Amino acid sequence: MGTTVVGRLAPPVRRRSRPWLALGLGLGALAVVVVLSIAVGASPTTPGQVWDALVAPTGAPSDVVVRELRLPRTLLGILVGAALGVAGVLMQGHTRNPLADPGLLGISGGAAFCVVLSTTVLGVTDVFGYVWFAFAGAALAALLVFTLGAASRGGPTPVTLALAGLAVSELLLALTSAMVLGEGPSLDAYRFWAAGALDDRGAALTLQVLPFVLLGLVLAIANVRALDVLALGEDSARGLGQDVTRARLVGLVAVTLLTGASVAVAGPIGFVGLVAPHVVRSLVGPAHGRLIPLAALVGAVLVLAADVVGRLVVRPAELAVGIVLGIVGAPFFVALIRRRMVKL
Amino acid sequence: MTGAARLSAQGVRVGYGDAVVVGGTDGLDLDVVDGTVTAVIGPNGCGKSTLLRTLARLLVPRHGHVLLDGRRLDAVPSREVATVLGVLPQDPTAPEGIRVADLVARGRHPHQRWFRQWSADDEAAVAEALAWTDMTGFAERTLDTLSGGQRQRVWISMALAQGTDVLLLDEPTTFLDLAHQVDVLELVGRLHRERGRTVVMVLHDLNLAARYAGRLVAMRDGEVAAVGTPHEVLTEDTVRDVFGLDARVVDDPVAGTPMVVPIGRHRPATGRTPVITGVTEDAPG
Repeated sequence: MGTTVVGRLAPPVRRRSRPWLALGLGLGALAVVVVLSIAVGASPTTPGQVWDALVAPTGAPSDVVVRELRLPRTLLGILVGAALGVAGVLMQGHTRNPLADPGLLGISGGAAFCVVLSTTVLGVTDVFGYVWFAFAGAALAALLVFTLGAASRGGPTPVTLALAGLAVSELLLALTSAMVLGEGPSLDAYRFWAAGALDDRGAALTLQVLPFVLLGLVLAIANVRALDVLALGEDSARGLGQDVTRARLVGLVAVTLLTGASVAVAGPIGFVGLVAPHVVRSLVGPAHGRLIPLAALVGAVLVLAADVVGRLVVRPAELAVGIVLGIVGAPFFVALIRRRMVKL
Repeated sequence: MTGAARLSAQGVRVGYGDAVVVGGTDGLDLDVVDGTVTAVIGPNGCGKSTLLRTLARLLVPRHGHVLLDGRRLDAVPSREVATVLGVLPQDPTAPEGIRVADLVARGRHPHQRWFRQWSADDEAAVAEALAWTDMTGFAERTLDTLSGGQRQRVWISMALAQGTDVLLLDEPTTFLDLAHQVDVLELVGRLHRERGRTVVMVLHDLNLAARYAGRLVAMRDGEVAAVGTPHEVLTEDTVRDVFGLDARVVDDPVAGTPMVVPIGRHRPATGRTPVITGVTEDAPG
């Protein structure tokens, strides 16, 4: 009897306030880091110079720095961050593994390996050429990790997947290093790229990978409802009429596109795919319709913020985004594992 | 077999790897009688869950097939099946931090398309499913904050929101204490009485099965050993054959359904002299 009364007084079944708050916060943070990313760098610029460069460029050196270096770099950072954040949501959703991340599961490593293979062995030099190798490497690594993880008794659990990912990552890293160390001239370029960096690669680069990232994002959004039921386990998802194989395939293609594109332009950047989904999940819960757009936003904020920090800490030199994120991300990873172990 | 059957297994043989678990000799036949609660019982490893999962299309039989409304289950799009047939797996998982209402809402999955998102129908179905299981007051709570019994109510709400005529429940009472087992089974009984749903469930407890199911299917070694009403199936002979257990079967003093009392060897010193007919060895002193 009591419960019936409570039922009538209960608030409406669905509530939508907090996602908007999170979206507002995310957009605010993005605005801040975008401004910083355009205004801050190795060569000192005054706010006035930045403003002039944006609204009334005259061809002054500061105009060139802002318009041709910082602006494209900022756009590239947004693109890469969004791609990695969403790839992380997809991977965590499909593996139901809170530790999944394109870097940890070897997907970035696969993409990086194939990119290096294409440049050192086949002599491919432009991004449009090696982005395909990045996709191929990402897809192969994903298949390898999932096959290894699933081959163990009891199927792919968070632990078997993480271990398989670790093994594949290490193997690919070793192979990549071996290839690069044999090739003197490519070493410097590789060192920079492999650290995961945004640099003055120009607007053309952003435009080249944009279609792939957009396609990946569209597929990720198409995957939302499937991910929501897959979160209840495969049996429940099948029982609810979900074609699990098709959903997995869409997810795999999306992860491959997003990770491959970002590795091709910025090298393997870790932890964004791990951190962004967790931050968003703690704000808006586990519904993928909210997770995916917000993880894109948070991923972009993380990458841009790390890039700005990297430009400031060792001025006038720069610390690569991947390194900054590694320094911040590693403790986050440890904290995450500790929290989960305490709960278990 | 009497009675209409929208769902039936026709000569199914199911296995994992090399081992055949169900229908090893010449396939298993079973008609699920409409509008009835059927409980599948049997010892561990007899293939109860395998049979249920086959009926639910979670396992594909190697031979034979499952028919739903006269069509082979593997020929009907999974989403269409999901509007008629609901499944509650043995150990369903939910993402951390999910709200009860959001979980129940996922039961509406088969009714949605990319061009037909959340609708008033969906909203109404979720609200009704929550009200029906008395969980409306918990709609805004997260699942992690609920007890095991409450969680099972939420899962049943989700299955209800799916709005299927047939519901397959794989051991819906595992991990629950007796009071909550009864609670869940009362809910299942109401589904049948008030909604006319057809329910098939795997149960371990024979007495509860006899109490809440109109029809029992006793399985042994992947075959159907006996089918019928609780009184037809739960006889002392069947219990001995199927479970390898010597037991008395008496009438449940509350419901009049058969009640299985294991004989065993141990007799506590109660001071009372139990009356055990038909058992000569190990008579109590």
